[in-house]
Amino acid sequence: MEPLLKVTGLQKHFPIRKGLLQRQTGAVKAVDGLDFEVYPGETLGVVGESGCGKSTMGRLITRLLEPTGGKIEFQGTDVSHLGVSAMRPLRRDVQMIFQDPYGSLNPRHTVGTIVSAPFRLQGVEPEGGVKKEVQRLLGLVGLNPEHYNRYPHEFSGGQRQRIGIARALALKPKLVVADEPVSALDVSIQAQVVNLLDDLQEELGLTYVFIAHDLSVVRHVSDRIAVMYLGKIVELADRKSLYESPMHPYTRALMSAVPVPDPRRRGVKSERILLKGDVPSPIAPPAGCRFHTRCWKATDLCKTQEPPLLELRPGQRVACHHPENAEGVTVPGARESVEVTITKAPEETKAAAPAEAAEPAKTAEPAKTAEPEAGAAAEENASGE
Amino acid sequence: MTAPLHETSAGDATATVDGAPDAPGTPDNSGASGRAIEGRSPWKIAWTRLKRDKLALAGAFVVIFLILVAIFAPVIVGLLGHPPDEFHEDQIDPLFGTPIGSWGGVNGDFLFGVEPVNGRDVFSRIVYGARISLLVAFLAAVFAVFLGTVLGVVAGYFGGWIDAALSRIMDVMLAFPQLLFTIALVSVLPNELLGLDGSGVRIAALVVVIGFFGWPYVGRIVRGQTLSLRNREYVEAAQSLGAGRLYILRRELLPNLIAPIMVYATLMIPTNILTEAALSFLGAGVKPPTASWGQMLSTAITTYEADPLFMVIPGLAIFITVLAFNLFGDGVRDALDPKGSR
Repeated sequence: MEPLLKVTGLQKHFPIRKGLLQRQTGAVKAVDGLDFEVYPGETLGVVGESGCGKSTMGRLITRLLEPTGGKIEFQGTDVSHLGVSAMRPLRRDVQMIFQDPYGSLNPRHTVGTIVSAPFRLQGVEPEGGVKKEVQRLLGLVGLNPEHYNRYPHEFSGGQRQRIGIARALALKPKLVVADEPVSALDVSIQAQVVNLLDDLQEELGLTYVFIAHDLSVVRHVSDRIAVMYLGKIVELADRKSLYESPMHPYTRALMSAVPVPDPRRRGVKSERILLKGDVPSPIAPPAGCRFHTRCWKATDLCKTQEPPLLELRPGQRVACHHPENAEGVTVPGARESVEVTITKAPEETKAAAPAEAAEPAKTAEPAKTAEPEAGAAAEENASGE
Repeated sequence: MTAPLHETSAGDATATVDGAPDAPGTPDNSGASGRAIEGRSPWKIAWTRLKRDKLALAGAFVVIFLILVAIFAPVIVGLLGHPPDEFHEDQIDPLFGTPIGSWGGVNGDFLFGVEPVNGRDVFSRIVYGARISLLVAFLAAVFAVFLGTVLGVVAGYFGGWIDAALSRIMDVMLAFPQLLFTIALVSVLPNELLGLDGSGVRIAALVVVIGFFGWPYVGRIVRGQTLSLRNREYVEAAQSLGAGRLYILRRELLPNLIAPIMVYATLMIPTNILTEAALSFLGAGVKPPTASWGQMLSTAITTYEADPLFMVIPGLAIFITVLAFNLFGDGVRDALDPKGSR
């Protein structure tokens, strides 16, 4: 299937300027080389800690920001560096839902003005007139169409988010980028809004890029999930593989942090992985694997050689030298493909080997179910990628 | 004080009207009443809040009264006084040059008494002085707000070197000795300029100078507001719909800038009145035959021991005007407070 959105090597570096002459002294590497595709009709979840570049990524693919490097292709068109006017017609197809329901609606405009702004800006005259269409949209997102003349401050957070959704859907977009659409809402309202997004997807055939830091929300809505760390994707997999057998140590640590909403299981020993230290600064990210400073499996190889994002199992791409849940054939397969790319540094690979040998003992057992597939995956790895 | 009280009541009203907050099937509250649901705009809310602020209302009444006095000065003087430039030597004690009678010559004919030495009607001069004070203060405020808004928005919205340059200019302006500059400027002004006569030139000069030195204050506030507003998500939302810079400036930013600009403008007028009075007091204001409060104060200095009322009356006029504008301005600020409008 043709991807709706294809991103290759996407980078966004925010310059840091100092002094009278505003000379550039450094850069915040908010997004530093992303590769992924979004297929029509699916939901791609994007998770990661605060500051890992999720939102920047969302603003890049909606072209609210211009990438420093890399390429964004939407339906085959390269949109990476299009200007405001060249981008305008394409904006009909890519819309955004924002995080803050209080900040995303102009307090001086009525709901009618806000939801009809897309028609005005795009010069579209909907069937039956703008007002009728706006009222239809309000009804679609579960608001009273009579509230057309009201102001945002007269609505609750959840209702405001619905207004934002109505605005995003006005032009019948193909791709909707939702930047933490529910994280500012109460948990009970979160469920309603998430379900609304789900229903709308089915009804209108939408494609979502769903950015969030709440793993259970992402699990609920996503078909595939990308895990980001310090401006990079460390793992990209379908929901089932990611939650049941995460391969990147960082993903595993994230998963272990998901609370289990079951009081009967409270006593059961849960393997909570506590990461030490803070996320390093994106101004000077660590060399090699960016996670090595906090990874309990890090070896010398990790400090020098950046692991590429490889498909270690079908539909599961991981950027790690020592992936988890990869017992059996997968690991050698992966190791080989890694070693091919790093023939430059053979002594480091050797140094890494003993550490790796000790690994299976340490690896936790979750999801042995993944093993049968792993064998098949090994062959694909040898030929593919 | 009335604002927070009102806020809670507004909150309650919203809560009850919105009824079922997030139930997917909605129309259960509109059907009952049958009428269209009208939103309360932030302006309407500010207006109801202002109406409850007694002090601000009192200020507003005085302000309106003063404006009417200034506009209808000839009528009022025609009814209750004498022409402002008419000498009444019969009211002056020829020996001391002070007004005949107690309290500076206050009587039924001369409501505020007469000026020492030449016997001009103080009431008429106060009424005509209001014209100069308010005219200069308003025009200077308009000038300053216009310049400050344009340059502040440009600095805040475009940022970069434009912002750096404009901000430095504002810093220089704020450090400039305004009073000395004005006195120096007025002393070299020609008597006629661009078809204006002597006092017209002076008034224009006052407006330009006070306005020109006032814009950096507005500019700073507008710049700061613009800086914070331009990163709001609703601006991004407009961008993601394909809005250009002009659209964002006009439709998304300006409506949110009007409130702080209005507040600053109303609070700027009393300052301008004081500046105008100070300049007139120092002889850099309007030319003598034209009446002005500051100029009356400075004339009164020589005779304040014999005729204190002649000093008190223009002083009171300035005081009441400034106080009224300040009370009104504070009320406007409280009513438009962005924290309250949520």
